[in-house]
Amino acid sequence: MLLNRLVRGTVGKEDFVPSHIPVDYTACLAGNPNTGKSTVFNALTGLNQHTGNWPGKTVARARGLYRHQGKNVAVVDLPGTYSLLASSPEEEVARDFICFGRPDCTVVIVDATCLERNLNLVLQVLEITAKTVICLNLMDQAERRGFHIDVSKLSDELEVPIVPTVARNGRGLTSLKDRINEIASNAVSCRPKMLRYPTDLEAAIGELESCLSLLSAEGPSKRWAALRLLEGDASAIAAIKQYGMDSNAVQGV
Amino acid sequence: MGEGALSLARLAIGKQAVVLEVRGAGDIRKRLLDLGLVPGTIVEPIRRSPAGDPTAFDIRGTVIALRQRDGDTVLVQLISSE
Repeated sequence: MLLNRLVRGTVGKEDFVPSHIPVDYTACLAGNPNTGKSTVFNALTGLNQHTGNWPGKTVARARGLYRHQGKNVAVVDLPGTYSLLASSPEEEVARDFICFGRPDCTVVIVDATCLERNLNLVLQVLEITAKTVICLNLMDQAERRGFHIDVSKLSDELEVPIVPTVARNGRGLTSLKDRINEIASNAVSCRPKMLRYPTDLEAAIGELESCLSLLSAEGPSKRWAALRLLEGDASAIAAIKQYGMDSNAVQGV
Repeated sequence: MGEGALSLARLAIGKQAVVLEVRGAGDIRKRLLDLGLVPGTIVEPIRRSPAGDPTAFDIRGTVIALRQRDGDTVLVQLISSE
């Protein structure tokens, strides 16, 4: 039974966007496993993508659509990952979409009951793209456990919009849609706080960034690409070659 | 190793410890760090599988199972129970 589900989960992507409807923006949902990504997806789109608690449920990505303030927004539900350093097929799917799927907004769904664990992925996404909104989900469970989260302080620290939500009952979803539209339309643009690395590494990043002028502006940040090159991350470099830029530009570095 | 320092794999069920260092290399090390095992993290073995391996750990509010040979690469310091 479980095996069947796992196998079925890996077959192709599910697309619920009718081809005759023009899409204004594309938003993707990233997040750790079990933070309610598929619940947020369903709440946003009114669809009924299977939710469930087993690894690899969303290896493929599901795509749905909603309309907000006159804009048609396509939503892509990415597989749950702790990281985007791509040591598994799920991480590769999520990384490749955020980097090269040209989302107008990346929503990181964060479990408010274990914020600390989730912030790793948040920082990794912010390194890729500034067009990010954080959705602080499962707020009801956090409140029940007596956690108080200073959302505005966290938002000031990270310098990205944060929306507290309870996707199960729809709390916060309207303001999530508002923030998505603001980021997607460039009405609001952020300069999120980046991790600073040791000075010698920062110098190397700077040098590499200046060689990466052929990197598509719609793709991942030059800083992210430079870091992957420095790391010798074969899977990321292959993806950059395939989707991100002229292949000579990578070989030349 | 200082007093009370041991590998995560040797930590008894129900004892809390603080991560001192993640040894090992490559993808497994990266994976452990991604799962939240960074120096300063508090971990607690919850239960061991009937065969003795793997062991389930509470790491930052999530239960994660680790193989013994991966747990062996993580150096922890027992939190003294008063």
